[in-house]
Amino acid sequence: MVKQEQEIASRPDNTAFTQQRLPAWQPMLSAGIVIPGFVLIGLAFIGIGVALFVTSQSITVMELDYTGVERTSPCFRCSDPNVKNCVCQLDFSIASLFKGPVFFYYGLTNYFQNYRRYGVSKDDDQLSGDLDSFTSPSDTCSPYEYDSNNKPIVPCGSVANSMFNDTFKLYQIVNGTKKQVPFDGKGIAWWTDYNVKYRNPSVTPLRDAFNGTVKPLFWPRPAYELDPSDPANNGFINQDFLVWMRRAALPDFRKLYRRITEGDYAQGLPAGNYSLEIAYNYPVLSFDGRKKVVLSNVSWMGGKNEFLGIAYLVIGSLCIVMSIIMLIVYAKFKFPEEE
Amino acid sequence: KKCRGCVGIRRCYCFTLGVDERRVDSRTIYVGHRACSATEAFIPAKFCDNRIVSSKYTVWNFLPKNLFEQFRRIANFYFLIIFLVQVIVDTPTSPVTSGLPLFFVITVTAIKQGYEDWLRHKADNEVNKYPVTVLENGCRIRKESEKIKVGDVVEVEEDETFPCDLILLQSSRDDGTCFVTTASLDGESNHKTHYTVPDTEKDLESLYAAIECEQPQPDLYKFVGRMHIDRNNQEPAVRSLGPENLLLKGATLKNTQKICGVAVYTGMETKMALNYQGKSQKRSAVEKSINAFLLVYLCILVSKALVCTTLKYVWQSEPGQDEPWYNEKTQREKDTNRYLKMFTDFLSFMVLFNFIIPVSMYVTVEMQKFLGSFFITWDKDFFDPEIKEGALVNTSDLNEELGQVEYVFTDKTGTLTQNNMEFIECCIDGFQYKYRDASSELDGFSESWQGGCCGEKEELFLRALCLCHTVQVDGLGVDGEVIHPPQEQRGFIASSPDEVALVKGAMRYGFTFLGLESKSMKILNRNNDIELYELLHVLNFDPVRRRMSVIVRSKSGDTLLFCKGADSSIFPRVRQEEVERIRMNVERNATEGYRTLCVAYKILSAEEYAQADAGLREARLALQDREERLMTVYNQVETGMSLIGATAVEDRLQEEAAETMEALQGAGIKVWVLTGDKMETAKSTCYACRLFQRNTELLELTVRTLEDGQPSREQRLHDLLVEYHKKAVQDAPPVKAGVTRSWSSAGHDYGFIIDGATLSMVLNSSSESNSNSYKNLFLQICQNCTSVLCCRMAPLQKAQIVKLVKNSKGSPITLSIGDGANDVSMILEAHVGIGIKGKEGRQAVRNSDYAIPKLKHLKKLLLAHGHLYYVRIAHLVQYFFYKNLCFILPQFLYQFFCGYSQQPLYDAAYLTMYNICFTSMPILAYSLLEQHICMEVLLDNAPLYREIAKNAMLRWGPFVYWTFLGVFHGLLFFFGVRFLFSNPALQDNGQVFGNWSYGTIVFTVLVFTVTLKLALDTRHWTWINHFVIWGSLAFYVFFSFFWGGIIWPFLRQQRLYFVFANMLSSVSAWLVIILLILLSLLPEILLVVFRKPRGPHARQVQLNHTQTHTHTHTHTLILSAPLFSSCL
Repeated sequence: MVKQEQEIASRPDNTAFTQQRLPAWQPMLSAGIVIPGFVLIGLAFIGIGVALFVTSQSITVMELDYTGVERTSPCFRCSDPNVKNCVCQLDFSIASLFKGPVFFYYGLTNYFQNYRRYGVSKDDDQLSGDLDSFTSPSDTCSPYEYDSNNKPIVPCGSVANSMFNDTFKLYQIVNGTKKQVPFDGKGIAWWTDYNVKYRNPSVTPLRDAFNGTVKPLFWPRPAYELDPSDPANNGFINQDFLVWMRRAALPDFRKLYRRITEGDYAQGLPAGNYSLEIAYNYPVLSFDGRKKVVLSNVSWMGGKNEFLGIAYLVIGSLCIVMSIIMLIVYAKFKFPEEE
Repeated sequence: KKCRGCVGIRRCYCFTLGVDERRVDSRTIYVGHRACSATEAFIPAKFCDNRIVSSKYTVWNFLPKNLFEQFRRIANFYFLIIFLVQVIVDTPTSPVTSGLPLFFVITVTAIKQGYEDWLRHKADNEVNKYPVTVLENGCRIRKESEKIKVGDVVEVEEDETFPCDLILLQSSRDDGTCFVTTASLDGESNHKTHYTVPDTEKDLESLYAAIECEQPQPDLYKFVGRMHIDRNNQEPAVRSLGPENLLLKGATLKNTQKICGVAVYTGMETKMALNYQGKSQKRSAVEKSINAFLLVYLCILVSKALVCTTLKYVWQSEPGQDEPWYNEKTQREKDTNRYLKMFTDFLSFMVLFNFIIPVSMYVTVEMQKFLGSFFITWDKDFFDPEIKEGALVNTSDLNEELGQVEYVFTDKTGTLTQNNMEFIECCIDGFQYKYRDASSELDGFSESWQGGCCGEKEELFLRALCLCHTVQVDGLGVDGEVIHPPQEQRGFIASSPDEVALVKGAMRYGFTFLGLESKSMKILNRNNDIELYELLHVLNFDPVRRRMSVIVRSKSGDTLLFCKGADSSIFPRVRQEEVERIRMNVERNATEGYRTLCVAYKILSAEEYAQADAGLREARLALQDREERLMTVYNQVETGMSLIGATAVEDRLQEEAAETMEALQGAGIKVWVLTGDKMETAKSTCYACRLFQRNTELLELTVRTLEDGQPSREQRLHDLLVEYHKKAVQDAPPVKAGVTRSWSSAGHDYGFIIDGATLSMVLNSSSESNSNSYKNLFLQICQNCTSVLCCRMAPLQKAQIVKLVKNSKGSPITLSIGDGANDVSMILEAHVGIGIKGKEGRQAVRNSDYAIPKLKHLKKLLLAHGHLYYVRIAHLVQYFFYKNLCFILPQFLYQFFCGYSQQPLYDAAYLTMYNICFTSMPILAYSLLEQHICMEVLLDNAPLYREIAKNAMLRWGPFVYWTFLGVFHGLLFFFGVRFLFSNPALQDNGQVFGNWSYGTIVFTVLVFTVTLKLALDTRHWTWINHFVIWGSLAFYVFFSFFWGGIIWPFLRQQRLYFVFANMLSSVSAWLVIILLILLSLLPEILLVVFRKPRGPHARQVQLNHTQTHTHTHTHTLILSAPLFSSCL
């Protein structure tokens, strides 16, 4: 039957790999390396920490809460949900020059933009200008998919629907007259969002693309009329819309509203009295939220953040302390490695 | 005429079957299907066809059957459930995240199993379609092998393998024998002789016969049956059939031109097929640890999900939080039952956190084991130039178990010793004859005899050696012509090397065995005359009788019985006055480590012979209890013999046996010798292997010590056990774990000796309570002894001992090593079974988990390979759990900040790729290449093995450490970024980062920390480690750019579009990433520095090293003393 085959097993390969003898480097974390290393790292960290701390200290931040919870607040009147088209004024003063460029943020607290169902409630196809999705939005948009007349909502979904719609005007009181501080609304959203990710349908005029659709229920105006002053800032590439659509990571967040870069205020807000005119539309009291306005300038590290500088200082000094302890330990035990 | 014969057979059956009627398990086969068809209704019995099916699947059932089998694995099933939950319930992550890895794993496994099955199909087909010749009605018909039916007469030619189990009817050799090798069955490559059924017709066409035999059973060496041959007008002749008539499927025909046989067992009923069965799966201790850890992580997973679900509903019960205006629920959500919603929420959390138990861990562990085992086969140190083979790995599941061995059970013959027998001396009638050395060989044989007396006795003794064996002479031509090779090169083939040594020994003294020819044995005597003896009966050797005999008739007509066997089995059967003179010699030889055999003979008178002959023939014909009946007859015949002399055969120690044993003991491994040999021989081997030292106090528990004085054996056993227990256990200083070596500690060193008979008394004591307490006493004594010797063990007792130790307190890891068929039971029983590719066939190798050519390789296998494998896999397991804990913990923490809405922190791509791509390769490379201590050091410092003993790296201590590390890292990652995001304006243009940036920063820190943590642990940086570690990190960066750089058309949401690039444009993000990575690794670095692994270790190692050295030195001195004294 099957012929017996005498198979001669060949000798195993004598290579470095098969014999587990690949040339190898064994790291030696001896005191001679670790102590100077720790000192170096410590010094570097302390250096960075100092830089961060100083930078952070140099950043001016001004926060103004305008929710209107307190009776004394000028916006108390507006916080009643039954009051429509309410405008309130918030007066504040700046003692010394608020160095520019000043960034104007609005902030919300206890607002869960990172809620999962909220987050998925949008249609990226629609937002990239796909006209098919205009007529039949993705079902993730539910319950803001179709209105009661079964017309598609564009832009659909909770995120778009709940877009922040308070508007602000800042005036400097110069000799008793209000002088409007010009806001720059460009460049507040990510460049890629504005130029690549979000696209309007290539239909001119833009409003024709929205035929047969309805605006989100909460919105006062349709998407193509978001910014009447600048036709290029409408539709899905409206900068405020883009900023809103980038969901915040935490329930207390701030979003960039405008920059103050122009005219007399390019160098910053000079000392003086200011008045903030707020078109109060956005309800937050129902979920115990707060609204605020934040004026801040930024540095190379971004906005004011004490944490980083302190953390670097702590870790840096910890490294130094550790290296000192190690030095003592090794001095006492006479560097057992080097024996 | 034909029918009458048939009726005769029938009648005869009724008669014989009348007795055996109850035995349904016998079958009747008509040779060539020629039976009494005409008169009586002959219903051919249904037997299975000759198809061998070793494959598991067919094309049709592959998919369902394979999937079913795969999902029977608990892990796969778990992942399937998770996947299904993701499909059915609205969950945070898409089903792809868990479906893709599962699909990958299932597909790869299915392809692997499918390929293996295809190979089996191919092999099956090759066997099943092989053309064979069948004799049908006088014609030779070529058929496919699978078409052979039971009862077919099959013709097989030289060098072909038998297609099914055949009864040999006809051989082309004159003497009705054929030669067979069973190399593929049990690995024994010697030629075995098989015999045709006596008195069958030369013309098979006219043979009318029926064979009655037992139903198929797997024992290769057992077969009983008989053949009723119908001769014209005569009473049918009945012939007994035994294993010597049965040719097994798979064996090969040798030295015989062709044979004809009748198929008795076919296909799956052949003995080969019955023996082919998957070995029971052995599971390693590491796997048990993994399962325990898995359970912990499963609990963590469930409790995380429970906590989140509970908190979610508590939180939602506050006004305004359940459904803020900006996040209205859909109609369906509002409609769902509250409790159902709770349940789906729970499931969603489970899905969100399920990555804590990764699919990929199983894949990585399997890969590590599979690839890692190649290093054993590749190791050139395991290559033996003699047999031209290296080590063999039969299972890769137990690699790490090699690093955990606490008990080694070793066979003596062939394992500790070479099983290369050499005739050393003999003792005839009380006189000692010693063969001197090679130089005196030239002077002629007779002069090399020392002492010497009566020539007659000498010649009788040498004739006995020449006749009393079952050795075959190699070089016997096919035609029976004896080729005379030069004396020294004459090859002998025998199943036992002792016999060859004896025949060769006799040859050196002038009596040469020329071979067996047509039932007569040829001997060339000192005067170069040929003597012929007719071989009448062979009373085979068996381990119970421990002797074998032949009955021959000399030319002069005398009937002689020659018997050789162990002293204990011969002495009671010979005249006592002869015993004393020889006993002394035998005992002295035994203490010198030689294997001794006593030779006796007896002249049978005509009546005696007739009686014995009849008894033997009758017993051989018996269908039932044949063994027992034969045994009785043997015992009757082998009595009243006279002792001629004794032989001493040396079995040399294996290369480096002593060094290996010493290294094992140094590694804290207890070595037990389990042997079937007698106590004295085994003891001397133990001394020679340094298992017993000069100062070792031996505690003996043998039949001999039991018979000292006391009235009852039971009582004596009890007393001795208690006494030894007091000595070895109670009075012994408490055993210090770790470095203290038994000999270096001041305490006594004990060795324990027990024999098979006493062991069975201990294990099967009459009263139940005694039995248990004896067992405990015995175990405790043994565990406190340096080494234990169990002699006179039956194979099953070996397994019993292994089982006893295996199941004792602390369930220590056991290893059995052996080379013979008698070690198979203990090899299968132990946690790790090692076969030695020795001389006693391949059965041990086939049943082992690992096979090595020599005993000396055990040292490297355990101390180097085992140690490394254990460290590697232990680290792999711990690291895997760690890295997934700190992967998922931030995601869990994020739930507290997103309203418990199951919002994933990381993007789906990161969730999926984390375990598959970003962090899997470095740990795989580590677990294949790591050598925390280099191999030479491991080999030189056996005590290093103790540091990982008792699963040291996978106990709860290290596990808790790793878990804490994971928790620490997870907390650090999450909260570090959380504090950074207290002001999300992180770019110098004042723009803010969103939730995906948050997750990406955490993930980046995570990937870098986890990889660098492994880099810190790596002590052996080869270029592969460098490539894989830095490559993985580079790949992560590259992938993130790539993934975020393109609008992916198949994705519904472009969540990560430019998130990574934007993150890198922020200085703060960079700084926080660096800070968190360093902060996470800082404790690790400190630990590495403060642990000072080299300081105390190096010193310790060196200390031990010198210690062992001085000790070996003294030992050799001490050891040589008894050797010298015994040479006098």
